[in-house]
Amino acid sequence: MPNGLWVVPVGLMILVLSIVSAGLSAEIGDGGFGLGHPVSESDIATWNIDVSPDGQGLPPGQGTVTQGAQLYAMKCASCHGPTGKEGPNDVLVGGQGSLRTAKPLKTIGSYWPYATTLYDYLRRAMPFTAPQSLKPGDIYALVAWLLNQNQIIAEDTILDAHSLSKIEMPNRNGFIPDPRPDIH
Amino acid sequence: MSDETREHLEHSSRAPSVPALNRRQLLAGGASLLAMSVSSTLFDAHAEEPPDARDPMRVPGALPRSYGERSPFEKQTRLVAPTSSTTPLQGLQGIITPSALHFERHHNGVPAIDPTRHRLLIHGLVDHPLFFTLEELMRLPSASRIAFVECSGNSRDGWGEARDVTVQSLHGLTSTSEWTGVRLSTLLDTVHVQREATWMLAEGSDAAALARSVPLTDEVLNEAMVCYGQNGEPLWPEQGYPLRLLLPGFEGNINVKWLRRLKFGSAPFMTRWETAKYTDLLPDGKAYQFSLAMEAKSVITRPSGQQHLHPGFQEIQGLAWSGRGRITTVEVSVDTGQTWQPARLQEPVLPKCHTRFRLPWSWDGQETIIQSRCLDETGYQQPTRDELIKVRGTHSSYHYNGIQSWKIGRDGVVRNVYA
Repeated sequence: MPNGLWVVPVGLMILVLSIVSAGLSAEIGDGGFGLGHPVSESDIATWNIDVSPDGQGLPPGQGTVTQGAQLYAMKCASCHGPTGKEGPNDVLVGGQGSLRTAKPLKTIGSYWPYATTLYDYLRRAMPFTAPQSLKPGDIYALVAWLLNQNQIIAEDTILDAHSLSKIEMPNRNGFIPDPRPDIH
Repeated sequence: MSDETREHLEHSSRAPSVPALNRRQLLAGGASLLAMSVSSTLFDAHAEEPPDARDPMRVPGALPRSYGERSPFEKQTRLVAPTSSTTPLQGLQGIITPSALHFERHHNGVPAIDPTRHRLLIHGLVDHPLFFTLEELMRLPSASRIAFVECSGNSRDGWGEARDVTVQSLHGLTSTSEWTGVRLSTLLDTVHVQREATWMLAEGSDAAALARSVPLTDEVLNEAMVCYGQNGEPLWPEQGYPLRLLLPGFEGNINVKWLRRLKFGSAPFMTRWETAKYTDLLPDGKAYQFSLAMEAKSVITRPSGQQHLHPGFQEIQGLAWSGRGRITTVEVSVDTGQTWQPARLQEPVLPKCHTRFRLPWSWDGQETIIQSRCLDETGYQQPTRDELIKVRGTHSSYHYNGIQSWKIGRDGVVRNVYA
């Protein structure tokens, strides 16, 4: 889409940049500005906290449903209720089959398309008052308990990088790419 | 007439109706007239009393100060909720939102970040993963752009019952700023992004570590910026200090604030916010995903909800914006949708930016409903609420852009209604 504000500067800048980078990038090996610091693999590992649906980014470690139950009671129940259904914050359990009804209930079990997202989210953002305080084994255990409460995995499941990335969530195919504009 | 006397006349609207008073009486009368509503002693002349401190010509003014504040007479504020605050659209002038009134939405508070310690990591499918300090980013070629940012949940009341609230409460999760920073394309050139890269994870350094996947479309590659400036100064903390992503026209939360990391990949990363959260549930149980553009919307801001109108002339004013480009037309109805007339668009009219519209109007004191609807340069017309709900139901939560209706009663009170 044409952008009136940028038409002239962008055109000029691309011209200038292409000249500059042609001249400099061969010598200094980047876009020609010589700015930014090279990063070591260990730096990246510290910062690289996301987990993809294919399991990339899941660390070593494991956890069980039983361990998760204890951790949940200690660290999560005060905001999400004793069984994950009570709130007051996001309801985590139940709601399966409700999405097309008059009262849809969006939970991990009814709505989330990927189990890996649960690991990613707990690692980066939970518990709310102490984010990034959970160890990998704690996170696997909490994910195990939450998935078990939602009747997605059995009670004796031991969750690790391999078993978590294999889990198929009930609403895996519940999403469609943005088709808008959809009002005509 | 001396300037001093003229000043007193201006300060007392009643003074011109008593022309027989001499200058001395007029001065004294002017002062006491100001106090009349309290004392009601009209010609109780007290020429010997000290000058009225409210007369700006009779007391020395304030000295220079290092960082300004608005007039103490101005009181408009954001309306604060636990995780957000809204811009007082009803009180704004022009198109720029003052930084102190820009809406807020955050997912675990506003972090306090020391800019000298802040780093941006760019990695993933790139030849040269790099850390950037803020100082280095500011040395790169810069760009500025005026653009709106709107929360995808703005106007979400529209999916439910019509509450009797203000335009700020209904639609105040949108604001416009001049943003300054580095174009994303400049950074991509610097790290040599690889051809297989089709998505970019943007991650914030707040206590939610909010992260969103951004598709590397032509639109994103041409327009995205990594910004450190807002309205001529560094970003405000609530807007991402010291660094944020700007994706003009896209829903607010993907314009990741407190930006610390850009990671390139060949598929979306499927974070909680783009799966469990900012997706639009439809009546059949499916949900739109990566519904990023904020579609065209307009709303009359004056007169608007809970304001009190007097019969007679009243310029109608409002704002219109589209995440897909420029606003080309805004039409206003003052007769409950029977007829529509074009409003004047106030320059500048910029793509993906608030656009102010105006229409002269005289209210006859009769009950009516006023509405606005806009058209953007793609030909998209803002829908009615019924048209929207027919397709999306009432459980979408996000991206509501139906026509806003304000009912004006015979008592002059303006109320939010569906019409």
